[in-house]
Amino acid sequence: MGLKIVVLAKQVPDTRNVGKDAMKADGTVNRAALAAIFNPEDLNALEQALRLKDKYEGSTVSILTMGPGRAAEIIRESLYRGADDGFLLTDRAFAGSDTLATSYALSCAIKNFSKVDVIICGRQAIDGDTAQVGPQVAEKIGWPQITYAEEILECTSQKIVVKRRLEKGIEIVEGKLPMLVTVNSSAPECRPRNAKLVMKFKHAKTISEKQAGDQDYIDLVDERPYLNINEWSVNEIQADANWLGLKGSPTKVKEIENVVFQAKESKRLSPDDFDIESLMRELIANHTIG
Amino acid sequence: MANFYTDNPGLKFQLSHPLMKKIVTLKENNFADKDTYDYAPRDFEDAIDSYDKVMEIIGEIAGDVIAPNAEDVDHEGPHVENSRIIYAKGTQENHDALVKAGVYGISLPREFGGLNFCMVPYLMSADIVCRADAGFGNIWGLQDCAETIHEFASKEIKDEFLPRVVNEGATCSMDLTEPDAGSDLQAVMLKATYNEKDGWWYLNGVKRFITNGDAEIKLVLARSEEGTSDGRGLSYFVVDNPKDASLKVRRIENKMGIKGSPTAELVFTNVKAKLVGQRRLGLIKYVMSLMNGARLGIGGQSVGISEAAYREALAYAKDRVQFGKAIIEFPAVYEMLSLMKAKLDASRALLYETTRFVDVYKAYDLVAEKRPLDKDEKEDQKTYNKLADGFTPLLKLMSSEYANQNTYDSIQVHGGSGFMKDYACERLYRDARITSIYEGTSQLQVVAAIRHVTTGAYLAQMRAYLSEKVTPELEGLRTRLSAMADLYEKRITKVVDKKDNEYIDFHARRMVEMAGYIIMGCLLVSDATRNDEFVKSAEVFVNYAEAEVTKNASFIKSLNHKNIGLYKQL
Repeated sequence: MGLKIVVLAKQVPDTRNVGKDAMKADGTVNRAALAAIFNPEDLNALEQALRLKDKYEGSTVSILTMGPGRAAEIIRESLYRGADDGFLLTDRAFAGSDTLATSYALSCAIKNFSKVDVIICGRQAIDGDTAQVGPQVAEKIGWPQITYAEEILECTSQKIVVKRRLEKGIEIVEGKLPMLVTVNSSAPECRPRNAKLVMKFKHAKTISEKQAGDQDYIDLVDERPYLNINEWSVNEIQADANWLGLKGSPTKVKEIENVVFQAKESKRLSPDDFDIESLMRELIANHTIG
Repeated sequence: MANFYTDNPGLKFQLSHPLMKKIVTLKENNFADKDTYDYAPRDFEDAIDSYDKVMEIIGEIAGDVIAPNAEDVDHEGPHVENSRIIYAKGTQENHDALVKAGVYGISLPREFGGLNFCMVPYLMSADIVCRADAGFGNIWGLQDCAETIHEFASKEIKDEFLPRVVNEGATCSMDLTEPDAGSDLQAVMLKATYNEKDGWWYLNGVKRFITNGDAEIKLVLARSEEGTSDGRGLSYFVVDNPKDASLKVRRIENKMGIKGSPTAELVFTNVKAKLVGQRRLGLIKYVMSLMNGARLGIGGQSVGISEAAYREALAYAKDRVQFGKAIIEFPAVYEMLSLMKAKLDASRALLYETTRFVDVYKAYDLVAEKRPLDKDEKEDQKTYNKLADGFTPLLKLMSSEYANQNTYDSIQVHGGSGFMKDYACERLYRDARITSIYEGTSQLQVVAAIRHVTTGAYLAQMRAYLSEKVTPELEGLRTRLSAMADLYEKRITKVVDKKDNEYIDFHARRMVEMAGYIIMGCLLVSDATRNDEFVKSAEVFVNYAEAEVTKNASFIKSLNHKNIGLYKQL
């Protein structure tokens, strides 16, 4: 008996390569200057899902993401790696959502799936770094959750066994399905795109992309149902618009401070045992480590 | 987060060559697979887009997995444990990543699970992978053996072995050389005996210098005809490596370079084998075909190494400050770098031109399996076959020599630091050294190429290139190349007219190289016509080629043919 797995993923600005123009004058992220990528820990989550699919015959992996139209790209990226289908939650009403409104929207969307055994998502996204969305989704749908997962060791109808990576060690925990799991970056990296899957799914489109005039191989998309990426708006997930977008987001950004690293805070060490040892002593003494 | 395909626009440029349409249309048999396989292309643009996307996957694995592993693989190397080869950790990781990406079997037909790509993207993958790690490039490149099985073996053998290459990532080896049979493969002694009772062939003997010797699937050249002593007594066999005492790895060589690629000595004791194709055609047909593919592969490997060497040198020269400025600002350094780049671009131009020729004639073979070719098609196939025969040894010769020169210069740019193990150029230098030796030394490439000098085939192709349209700013270069072609013609006429084979052999390398310089110059001018990015390399290369052609011409002119005895050493 296969598992029905849903992976929550997010398209994020690539904050790992931040240049001078990364922030706008008003303190918000200049999304135009940063490449949009698959949130790295969501890729770790996808890999865990695909491993379950490989291990338990008949399992399926669906990707659920919320974002603007271009977020369809990460759904295609997931299909290229072995996901079965994808759902893009997109609507103007979602714009400006904080973690509370986002998790509300995602939890409404989850209810659209007939039966889900496991939800897997990355621990946190590299744009906000809150690590709130996964746990909040679990709360809203009334599911238990296991956070900081490094590996899902077992997942059957009886139980799910997960190895957690914590600050000071590892922990192996068990739970019952259904379960929401958030995955750390210490989990195995996601597999590469598969050549045949890329060729199979490269023409996959959302209805908005079709309407926006992307007519390439449109006959093929009409002919092959798997090339249609599902798109859901507020109406399709039966959500209350008051809980969405800016209206549903209590988080307000008061101020953004630009932290500049000062050279005087740095210290030069020679690459020898003496310097390394004294640094270690210093770090232990001031409780940075140990 | 490196991608060795997308960071190198010269690669995608090759996918846009005008001849690609003809190649892809033939190879895809007018896109007949499009309704049978969900990953088959609908049309030409769709096919090129698929090539592009799959090269991007390989580029990412090369940049993110293979290149970062290269140094450790070079230090660790493979080892032998209980007569079996264990790869270095990184080698195994590289291989597993490519298997997961589903790119093994890149050129095999879809009915065996392959991607059915033509040779251009296949060689491009070698170019990309070898830039990351030339040694690993051999393990990747040995899937050529699957191509040989596909071309010559029975359906039963194809069905048994080919899907394993694709699905399990079964690696291959071609077991040709023996202690007393290196360049001269006619001397192969490993014995193949047919057993009437069980219908198997049994192999007994020793093979040496076998790349990836403990591969799952082995193609073995063996003497099937008792009492024979030349190439006509040899047949080709496929072995499903039993991984037991019957096929032992006696040792692996401690090599100068490409250390990640295991080179083994093997002992066969009653190893079960199946015959590929017909008896007696092992060397004279099948190995010759495999060898041409392998030489093309070394071309790809050489270009990949040149690319890596150039990039390392460029980055260092920009970074290193001496006498108050970056060393790239000194003429002695920037000239060296621009010549490295020109040799790199010229090698790459020749690599893909040769590959396109191979592609056309091989694609016709595939068409011929489905329907008889008409007269024009047969004629066309013959033309491209001849061009491929002429260009393959030229490519192997020139690109491998340039890989050596570029890695030498890369170390030179690094100065004393380049002599240390801390910089990648040191490994590249060692890795490059084999390229002008294996799959036929440079001297043997000259032997294969000289015929195309004496018959005028190279000259005809030069003239054909020189009659193509170029942009006005490239007219000057074309005129100079044309004068070089005239000089080349004059000198070969002088040599050939003497009707003395030893004299021709004596000057063979000089003449073949002259042809190489001129043809590569023509190809760069052609690339520059389609893309401004190549104008600089075209100019630099033609300057260099002109000097080299003149040098060789001068030597041929001034040496009296009766005086070649002077060069004989006792």
